[in-house]
Amino acid sequence: MATTTKYVGKPVKRKEDARLIQGIAHYVDDRVLPGMLYLGVVRSPYAHARIRAIDTEKARTAAGVVAVLTAADLSQAIGPVPCAAQLPDLKPAPRPVLALDEVLFVGEGVAVVVATDPYTLRDALDLVDVDYEALTAVVDPEKAARKDSPRVHDSLADNIAYRWEIEGGDLRKAFRQADRVLKLRMTNQRVIPVAMECRAALAEYDRGDDRLTLWSSSQIPHLLRTQIASMLKIHESSVTVIVPEVGGGFGSKLNVYPEEALVSYLAMHLGRPVKWIESRRENFLATIHGRDQICEMEFAVQRDGTLLGLRAHIIADLGAYYQLLTPLIPTLSGLMLCGCYRLPNVRVEITGVLTNKMSTDAYRGAGRPEATYFIERGIDFVAAELKKDPAELRRKNFPKSKDFPYVTATGLIYDTANYQAAMDLALQKAGYKKLRREQEAARKKGRYIGIGLSSYVEICGMGPSSAMPAGGWESATVRIEPTGSVRVLTGSSPHGQGEETTFAQIAADFLGVGIEDVAVIHGNTSIVPYGIGTFGSRSTAVGGAALYRCLEKLRDKLLKIAGHLMQEDPAKLVLRGKQVVSRRDAHKSMPLLDVISAAYMAKTLPEGVEPGLDETDFFEPSNFTYPFGTHVAVVEVDPETGTVKLLKYVAVDDCGNVINPLLVEGQVQGGIVQSIGQALLEEAIYDEQGQLLTGELTDYAVPRAADIPWLETYRTVTPTPVNPLGVKGVGEAGTIGATPALVNAVVDALSRLGVRHLDMPMKRERVWKAIRDASSAPSGRARKAK
Amino acid sequence: MIPTAFEYFAPKSLDEALRLVERHGDEAKLLAGGHSLLPLMKLRLSVPRYVIDIGRIKSLRSIREDAGALVIGALTTHHDMETSELVGSRCPLLAETAAEIGDVQVRNRGTVGGSLAHGDPAADYPAAMVALDAEIVVAASSGTRRIRAEDFFVDLLTTQLRPGEIVTEVRVPASPEMSGSAYCKLHQPASGFALVGAAAQIALDSNGKLASVAIGMTGVAVRAYRARAAEAVLAGNKPSGKLLAEAAEKVADGIEPLADLHASAAYRRAVASVYARRALETAISRANERKA
Amino acid sequence: MSVSIQLRVNGKTYQSAVEPRLLLIHYLREVLGLTGSHIGCETSLCGTCTVLVNGRAVKSCTMLAVQADGAEITTIEGLSAAPEAGGLHPVQQAFREKHGLQCGFCTPGMILSAVQLLGDNPNPGEAEIRRALAGNLCRCTGYQHIIESVRYAARKLRSQKR
Repeated sequence: MATTTKYVGKPVKRKEDARLIQGIAHYVDDRVLPGMLYLGVVRSPYAHARIRAIDTEKARTAAGVVAVLTAADLSQAIGPVPCAAQLPDLKPAPRPVLALDEVLFVGEGVAVVVATDPYTLRDALDLVDVDYEALTAVVDPEKAARKDSPRVHDSLADNIAYRWEIEGGDLRKAFRQADRVLKLRMTNQRVIPVAMECRAALAEYDRGDDRLTLWSSSQIPHLLRTQIASMLKIHESSVTVIVPEVGGGFGSKLNVYPEEALVSYLAMHLGRPVKWIESRRENFLATIHGRDQICEMEFAVQRDGTLLGLRAHIIADLGAYYQLLTPLIPTLSGLMLCGCYRLPNVRVEITGVLTNKMSTDAYRGAGRPEATYFIERGIDFVAAELKKDPAELRRKNFPKSKDFPYVTATGLIYDTANYQAAMDLALQKAGYKKLRREQEAARKKGRYIGIGLSSYVEICGMGPSSAMPAGGWESATVRIEPTGSVRVLTGSSPHGQGEETTFAQIAADFLGVGIEDVAVIHGNTSIVPYGIGTFGSRSTAVGGAALYRCLEKLRDKLLKIAGHLMQEDPAKLVLRGKQVVSRRDAHKSMPLLDVISAAYMAKTLPEGVEPGLDETDFFEPSNFTYPFGTHVAVVEVDPETGTVKLLKYVAVDDCGNVINPLLVEGQVQGGIVQSIGQALLEEAIYDEQGQLLTGELTDYAVPRAADIPWLETYRTVTPTPVNPLGVKGVGEAGTIGATPALVNAVVDALSRLGVRHLDMPMKRERVWKAIRDASSAPSGRARKAK
Repeated sequence: MIPTAFEYFAPKSLDEALRLVERHGDEAKLLAGGHSLLPLMKLRLSVPRYVIDIGRIKSLRSIREDAGALVIGALTTHHDMETSELVGSRCPLLAETAAEIGDVQVRNRGTVGGSLAHGDPAADYPAAMVALDAEIVVAASSGTRRIRAEDFFVDLLTTQLRPGEIVTEVRVPASPEMSGSAYCKLHQPASGFALVGAAAQIALDSNGKLASVAIGMTGVAVRAYRARAAEAVLAGNKPSGKLLAEAAEKVADGIEPLADLHASAAYRRAVASVYARRALETAISRANERKA
Repeated sequence: MSVSIQLRVNGKTYQSAVEPRLLLIHYLREVLGLTGSHIGCETSLCGTCTVLVNGRAVKSCTMLAVQADGAEITTIEGLSAAPEAGGLHPVQQAFREKHGLQCGFCTPGMILSAVQLLGDNPNPGEAEIRRALAGNLCRCTGYQHIIESVRYAARKLRSQKR
């Protein structure tokens, strides 16, 4: 890249915003097509039941109803929901687009109704009569894993989907040598992504052209196109997927869902466009959930705080079926469980369990928030047990910056880091020592202040294809049009992250043009070359790298043509301010537009140079990237009610080089607040019958503006060599780093009472009960601590 | 998402509205701001055949004084209540309570009459209304009657309202000199309703003793109630930390607290006590400020 | 049975015959084609459907179109001073300036709530802004840049008045 940048590294205002702030952007539901029909899904009220009969007669004959279909009509025509995860001995649990004989979770589709307008549709859904025979619901994953548990799938011998393990070093030796073995059991509860825009799909079929167009609120347009073609058994070349504006994804739209296939099939079958818009209720019931892991950890430690070994068993609740990546997510937790510590001896076992619930899958962070939560909670637990300062315990066990690339016991190669520097900055900004003094003073006054740390490392820039279920590369195409405007096509599919701006920053700097000259196009599979999509903090690290390499090719071509025209060595030319300028003689220059014209007129091209200015690159990363940082949370607990008040939050994140600091800050803040949600408020609760009790926003609390304190965010910058931009990715950092800091702070506040752990979320009653139980314990540590 | 179909009436006068409710009885629902009814209709938990929109009856939207009482029309929105100078000066407890309801948009549309008639056990107003000894005025074509707030709330979503009756206004007696009030609320974090809401209205005499004390509780039980046992501990006494704590302990005496996803009965009971005490403390300090 | 209503939306008068159960949000989106207001829940909690009805922020999913008969409504599309000239309202400008949005789905409602706040209170503090936006959920930004946007807009509006 040019040594001086006009855009990269600057807080450039977003190009996307103009349409969004005026309400003239288009999400799927904003699109109206002539003759459009509306599809709705009749969903199971039972978590586990046999379908005895479905009476569709009343609905079918209602005015305005065009079609009513059940699995009997569709199971031959539409294949099951795809799962890309390949694990040894993974038992099959594919999800049919509609349940045929049995429903396996509340919200599973059993029939679809198509009507002329949404109001008629809504009325008609109530007219479909399904006769169910209730079966025993399997809800608790630990009970589900037992031999005597009722089964979720009749066709499977038990509810254990898979067992996976990873081991490194000599665990036995570590535990033999340990001064102490410390055990902790934690849960990382089930949470619901709650993108503000629910899912939505609209399909149109042109019989003459044999062209199916599917608009979907998705993070993966190309993968969706491939999967829809497979599910419907049609030519992929006949399918176009268009992802217009997407109102948030957080992993919940990194998937392929039955409704996307259903609207596509029905648009073809009925010859009219068919739209499906998910309600929030459906979004809670039938869009993927996240997390839901129970972890038992044993640390082998020395008295001085040195970590020798870690043994862990994770039970992961997968839900009833596999969505795109369901079984894979817990394995990411396993790989990352060493966190940012020298932990040479490790063994992690994972048991993936089927239950009568909605599938879990990739929710912002996908596997890493779980790993980070377990290890960071564990570290604080160890520190408390050994009576060490949690910051010092961390420092003692961090690899040094010279140890990078650092190979973990689970086989990952951490690219670059300086964990100490990030933690030191966080402690300094938070005023850690002063905070500890204030905490002590407050304690004497009967106030419960807690300070929590979390030092995280995460795995981003997903990723090398060898380690990815469906390719980990990304594509970019850059075209310079004859008038000089630049078109960037990316296989990434941003939905709020702002790549229309960051990619334009990169391209504009590279080509020496204005950011207004660059348009970034994404989300249309007939325009953009095949790509993988936006998830796993990969768009800039992988898609941006593809763009970079593309721009290199294009620049070289421009300079070659310019050199020919200017009779100058191309190596001595640079692109600057829409000019090609000689490095030797600044007066020697040529307007870029002349060079572009030459490329298109093709009258005076140097030998071997093809006409046109259009380059494509497919970037395959050699490794993942590993962003890191330290977060500090300060809370006060109201001992009378258990209310947790967040007093201060300081985050130091290192995501490598930064293209746009404003956008990085936005990603970090948003991630932290989602994390605050999980730590303090959010929990998907199913009752014993498998009913989702938190099935609406009236019962599932997501953070509001008034729940959040001012967040202080800072950065250290440790570039990665994995991609030419040196960027690591930042989309998930906040969600990964923050939960343990918050929980550690709450537990720290109660530590004098002898409280060593509390499971998330830190609901008031749970905290209140912990205080009450600890205070009333007859041989409580509270007394000892005094 | 979408309500079932219904027939719609928009009477311009109370008389016309009363005729309509009488005619359609149980099959009709009254619509004012719509913030209790429409959510239920959208989820199809309420499927009325007739909806009578009383939102255009101008006479029901006023705040005035009458014979020393503050008279608040049923269509007064929570926002009107929160920002009315008259309410702020004559009955700050109601303004403070209104400000705690839902969010800005809800306060802009939701009405006091609608909220009271709905009888939600977690609504905010009932705590203040029972603490204030307010009277709820209801009209029927046969005439009007006044119901004491304490009697008005009967059970979950059930009030004294009979078919054919419409809440028209609320009458709040004037607060005595040297009085103070406070509403303390523990929010249900998702919906914003009251897990526990405690309204305290007190008055001090010239010796600093509690000349009167009223504690209204909402969210705790199936209906809002007066914490009489707690009041008895305090009445006539000089408030002290110890006495307030003793009184607060009795706030849920004889009450069977609700238990749900968001709070157990034991927790509600404990927090009711804490919030009642905090409301009392604030009310007393406000009364003292007024005195000073 | 349909009911006839007349109302002004973004300065234009509309006369329509609507089914009584038609929600205002659907009237705006489906009948008038004003799709800038969104639907994010069915329980009056998310605030993405917020519009101004007679100058006050209202969740248009919790209001029947018939209830808006005679009302003056402003949606996000009508907020700009002169949309054809690309003239943005200071609050819209502020959201762009301070990166107050990511996916943009909550943004129209958020902006309209902020407009009402600044009408009521030209110089709100952080806590007042947070409270005023409690009826608008955002899952992307963590709210902080939204708060900064509102402060920025407040400064801008105050300086305009001077």
